[in-house]
Order: sequence, then C-alpha cells, then structure tokens
Amino acid sequence: MDAEAAKLIGAGLAAIGAGLAAGGVGNVFGSFLQGALRNPAAADSQQGRLFIGFAAAELLGLLAFVVAMILIFVA
Amino acid sequence: MASESGKIDPMYQFEIKPLFELNLAGYDISFTNSSLFMMIVLGAIWLFMAGGMKQAIVPGRWQMAVEGVSGFINNMMSSSIGPEGKKYVPFVFSLFMFILVANFMGMMPFGIVPGLHGFTVTSHFTVTGILAIMSFGIVLVVGFWKHGLHFFSLFVPHGTPWWLLWLIPAIELFSFLVRPFSLALRLFVAMMAGHVLMKVLAGFVINGLNAEALWVTPVVALPSFILMIGITMLELLVCAIQAYVFALLTSLYINDAVNLH
Repeated sequence: MDAEAAKLIGAGLAAIGAGLAAGGVGNVFGSFLQGALRNPAAADSQQGRLFIGFAAAELLGLLAFVVAMILIFVA
Repeated sequence: MASESGKIDPMYQFEIKPLFELNLAGYDISFTNSSLFMMIVLGAIWLFMAGGMKQAIVPGRWQMAVEGVSGFINNMMSSSIGPEGKKYVPFVFSLFMFILVANFMGMMPFGIVPGLHGFTVTSHFTVTGILAIMSFGIVLVVGFWKHGLHFFSLFVPHGTPWWLLWLIPAIELFSFLVRPFSLALRLFVAMMAGHVLMKVLAGFVINGLNAEALWVTPVVALPSFILMIGITMLELLVCAIQAYVFALLTSLYINDAVNLH
C-alpha cells in the first residue's frame, strides 16, 4: 500500500475513537440526567462531578483527533 | 490536501504572523498576531472588571455581572477545597477569565472586516501548555510548602493494601505527572478541532456557492450553512465548558496539594 494512503486510512480509523468518545460523553450526561430526574434536589451539588466525568471522557476523543491530525499533517 | 478542496485551507487560521519584527540577543520575540489577541483579551477583561469593581451597596447590572463570575469561582473553590480555597481564588479566577475571554475572542467574527483576521490564542499548545504548567507549578509549590516531603504521601492513597504498595504509587505518580499534558491538550485540541470543523464547513459553503452545477448550492451549501450555525452555537458552549473544566480541574489539583487526599 502507498504510504500516503495508509496515513489517510489511519486518520480515518482514528475517527472511530472520536465516535466512541461521543458515546462516552453521552453516557456521562445520560446517567447524570437519570440520577438528576430521580432526585432533582441533589442534582446541583453534583455538577462538578458531572463535568469531571465529561472532561475525562472527552479527553480520549480529543486524543483520537490529535492522532488523526498528526497522521495527516505531521507524519 | 488543500489544493483539492478549492482554496480553503482549514489550518491557515492558526498561522502566527509577526506584526513587528523584534529580536533580543538572537531570540525572535516579535509582536505577533497571537500577542495582539492576548492584548485584546487582557484589555477586554480589564474593561469588564474595571466597570464592575465599584463596590456599591446596591449593585448595578455591570457589578452584578462581575460579582456573578467571581462568585461562581468563589463557590467552586470553597466547595472543592474548603475554607482554605479562598487564598487561591485570584489565581483560578484569572485563569478562568483569560481562557474564557480568549476562547470567545476566537469565535468573534473579526474576519468580516477586510484585512482583519481572527485568532484563537488558546488554539496553540504553547499557550495552553504554559497555563497548564502554571497550575501544575502552583500545585507543586503549595504541596511542598505546606507539607514538605510528606507531600509524597499523595501517591499512596488511604487504604492501599500492603501487597499493592509496589504498583499503586507508580500509577498515582504517572497520573500526577500526566496532569499538565492532559490539562493543556484538552483545551488546545477542543479549540483547534472546533475551529477546523468550522473552516471545513465554511469551505463547503463557499465551494458549493461557486460550483458550476446549479444543484450543488441547495444540496451542499445550504445544509452546510445551517449546520454551521448549529456548530457555532455548540462551539460557544464548548468555549465556556472548556474554561470551566480547566478551572475546575485546577481547583481539584490544588485541593490535592492543600488537603492531601
């Protein structure tokens, strides 16, 4: 396979990671909403934890994006 | 890559161009468009703060806005660190305001004025890296200042079983050392990804409008334009969330240094 083609295929495969991270972020917010709708009084105090979970899940998707960008523009 | 999709290069917006050439002892310290936008950000923060720091008994709208932001950070610090968190409010507040305003400045449509180019300060790893190193450095300084060598007990959480003592500190040390990178990378990549996405969509819109086949404009350019409006809203949300996450994680890390788990 041509090296350039392999790079582009690798960058495309890295997009799978971004999609999976989207699932992770959705899971974080969905679970938060499930809990928050059962006990709305406690929801506000947990917003910090919500965003910590969001940040941790999002970081991995962003890393997938970095891998794609490195493959396209740097490697 | 760029030659195939018209003339729109999504990475061009991140180029740093010197406005005045300056050299100091062989080092290039030119005043660039990045420095210009940092100045604009500082000016905007200064205007916002100066207009609201009147300390009137009955606050006006502007003072309420400033007190809202500083009260937000104040609450966050006291809920994640406790009463000792008040000391670190100025640092985290400046960090939060700089990132927030820099993110929003990057989203402002400066480009509609001919000759002006918008620039997102936080879309460069050098800038976010320095911000992350500052908040990592303050953790180290505070930790060793307050606890001395006892600070290393951060790497041995409470209730670690003795037979895992060889593994847990290594993992904790690694996750501690990775913090500045994850902090810097998150902000930088979130801003860069959003701006690349918007420029790619803008390329679709412009190339779709310029296409020779007539069906391209309603089929490609119009949906891209509508999607771009939505993405712009999402990016404004991401700007605020990333600034909040940076400040929140910094406050958690300072909490580690102050209270040692």
